[in-house]
Order: sequence, then C-alpha cells, then structure tokens
Amino acid sequence: MPTFVYMTRCDGCGHCVDICPSDIMHIDKTIRRAVNIEPNFCWECYSCVKACPQNAIDVRGYADFAPMGHSVRVLREEEKGTISWKIKFRDGREKNFVSPITTQPWGEKIPKLADLEVPDQAALDSQLLCFEPDALNVETGLPVINKDKLKEGVYY
Amino acid sequence: MISLNPFSEISAFIPSLVMQTYVIAMFVLVIGATLFDVVHKKSAKYFFNNSVKAKKSATRNVGSGEKASIAFKTATNEFLTSSEFCSTKRRLAHLLTMYGFIIFVVATVVMIFSYSTPNAMTPSIWPLAWHLGAAMLCVGGYWFWFFIRVDVAAEGNKWYRVIRADLFVLSLLAMSTFALIWSYMQSNGIDIWQTLFFGLFIGASTVLFGGVLWSKFAHMFYKPAAAYQKRVTKADGSRENLPEPADMPEKFGLGIKREAPRHY
Repeated sequence: MPTFVYMTRCDGCGHCVDICPSDIMHIDKTIRRAVNIEPNFCWECYSCVKACPQNAIDVRGYADFAPMGHSVRVLREEEKGTISWKIKFRDGREKNFVSPITTQPWGEKIPKLADLEVPDQAALDSQLLCFEPDALNVETGLPVINKDKLKEGVYY
Repeated sequence: MISLNPFSEISAFIPSLVMQTYVIAMFVLVIGATLFDVVHKKSAKYFFNNSVKAKKSATRNVGSGEKASIAFKTATNEFLTSSEFCSTKRRLAHLLTMYGFIIFVVATVVMIFSYSTPNAMTPSIWPLAWHLGAAMLCVGGYWFWFFIRVDVAAEGNKWYRVIRADLFVLSLLAMSTFALIWSYMQSNGIDIWQTLFFGLFIGASTVLFGGVLWSKFAHMFYKPAAAYQKRVTKADGSRENLPEPADMPEKFGLGIKREAPRHY
C-alpha cells in the first residue's frame, strides 16, 4: 500500500522528494505539493513519512496488521534521536513504540565506528558503503552448502 | 513622492465615489468568491468532518477557556508571526508580504474613504504607510519569486516559468510594483506614463481581488483555521493519530531537516 499526501498539510518543502529511495515522490507541477507519482513502485519504507516536517504523508498499512479503519503514524524527532510509532486498530486498540534513530554521533554508537578512520570526501562520494567491500565477502567466494543436510522432495 | 496621497491627486479625474465603489466591489468579490470557494470545494465540510473524527479519538475534553487560549496562541504564533514555516527565509519573506499587504490595503482604504478629494489634507502617515506597504510587498514578494519559491529553490525551474498557481503572487507583485511606479510618475508629473501605470495598477488589483476563485488568495482565511484545528487536536490528545512526543531529552541536533531540500 503506497504513501499518500494530505494536501492541506503539505507545504511543498521537498524533503520527501530528496529522501525517497524510489524517486517517486515529486512536487506536482500544477499545485506545488508533494505527490506519489508511481504508487505501485512504493515499497512503504516510510522514509518520506518520517522526513516530512508537517506530518503530511501517510501510508495505508497492510491488512494483516492494520485493516480498514486503522491508522499507522510515525513521528521522527531528530533532536531526541527517536522515532515514535502509533498503531491504531479498528477495534480501538493502540500500540505505541519508541525506537532510537540509527544515525548517531560519529564514533559513539554501534557499529564501532570510532575504531575506523573518519572517511574523506572521496570515500563519502564513493558507491561503497561503510565496511564495504570487506563485508561483502567477495574474496571468500560463494557459500558452501552441505548437501548431506538437504532433504529430498518437496515438504511443507 | 512618499508623502503624497496619490488618490487625492487623481481625484481631479476620477470622482471619489467611483474609487470608493471600486474598493467596495473588490471587498464583495473577495468575500463572495471565498464563500463560493468554501461551498464549491467543500473545504468547510472537510474541516468539519476532520474535527468530528478528531473528537472521536480525543483523550480529553478541551473547555471553552482553553479553546480561547488556543485561539489566542494561534493568532499570536501562526497568524501574526507565521510560525508554521520551517525555513527562516520563507518566514521572513511571508511576514514582509503579509504585513506589507495589510498596511497597503488599510492605507488605501483610509485614503480613498477619507482623503480622496482634490483639496484633502492627508496626514503624512497614510501616504507613508501606503508606500512602505507596497515596498515591503515588493521586497518579500520578489525575494520569494526569484529565490524561495518551490519551483526555483527545490525543483530547479527557471524563475520565469509561470503557471496558474502563481496568479496570487504575481498579481500581488504587479499591484505593488505598478502602485509604486504610478506614484513616482505622478509625483514627477509624467502624465502619459502615470495614466498607463495607474491603469496597470487597477488591472493588477482587479485580477488579485477578482481572481480569488482561481488563486490562493483565500489561504489568508483557511490557514489560521487549519492552524487552530491542529492545535486543538494536540490539546485534546487526538493528535491526528500521531504518536505522543517521545519522553526523551533533546540531546542531538537536527539531522536531515537541517539541510534545505535541493533535489535536482
């Protein structure tokens, strides 16, 4: 289920456009408000929902945990380093969660980044992520599967 | 130039009554078009349904005293100081245009209804306010148009790309710019040009006040109402279903929100 934008709350700031990994959040050319241009390409990562300073973006959650009449909303508070979730079921039950934001000050939190050198601009601009290429284990080849442990046939 | 009442000067050609009728017509157009817009777009119904929905999920009752306090806070924060803007530049530009517009309109109404005869002795404060209002509109408006507008600042479009959504800001800019030029021409006695720019000033004003149905003029009325509703939902605990703020200290700075979006 894709994201949608409450037009009355959106002010067209463009944070969602910047952060969308699918590049499907755009500013509408006519009304200058954010819009999901390809709802079927949205994988509900919630990046735009969390980034929106006006809380103007919402997602219709999957029916298995949030059927009709539900609400799943999220509040990102950068100064506190928290992401709060409120899941409201249609029978009125609520579940509230608070999680830490994983972007923490350099070197203080896991993974032990303090042990690494501070990356230079070239490293930051590179396609490789932190710990790559080592963490990709490309040098060790493909994983070996012990065939003795496999069972024959299709089983459920 | 800035101490002369331009409406008094022009009253030799245009009777005071005509000017007053024009102002009343513009006022009626704004109110009429806004009410029609409310009915046509069903925005009042939308806000009403939203408030009913919010009441259902409210965790506490908000008394009339608290509602009055919320209305006061909405007036002092969201309306008078445009606190809903995240960007300081946008906020400043909006404040300049908003107060410029209010000062300009009030000064226009006062000068047309009280001092629009050829021999009227206009207190110097009103022409001064009229010119100051127009200048503030120009500064805030052009700043917005060339640098802050979403199309330019975030979308990378050229400043001259114009669409219907620009009707409000462009007519506002045209009105204030032509008003200043007209006043300058008038004070310097350049007859032909002052007639031209007076015509352009009236044209821009008519588009601004007569185009409410097609422009975002009515946001002046909707925005405070929406801001009030937002504050009420926070007070009654419904919070538009958003989670409560986390019970944690503010020990970090801003992350992604510290950077202005530039996605082109």
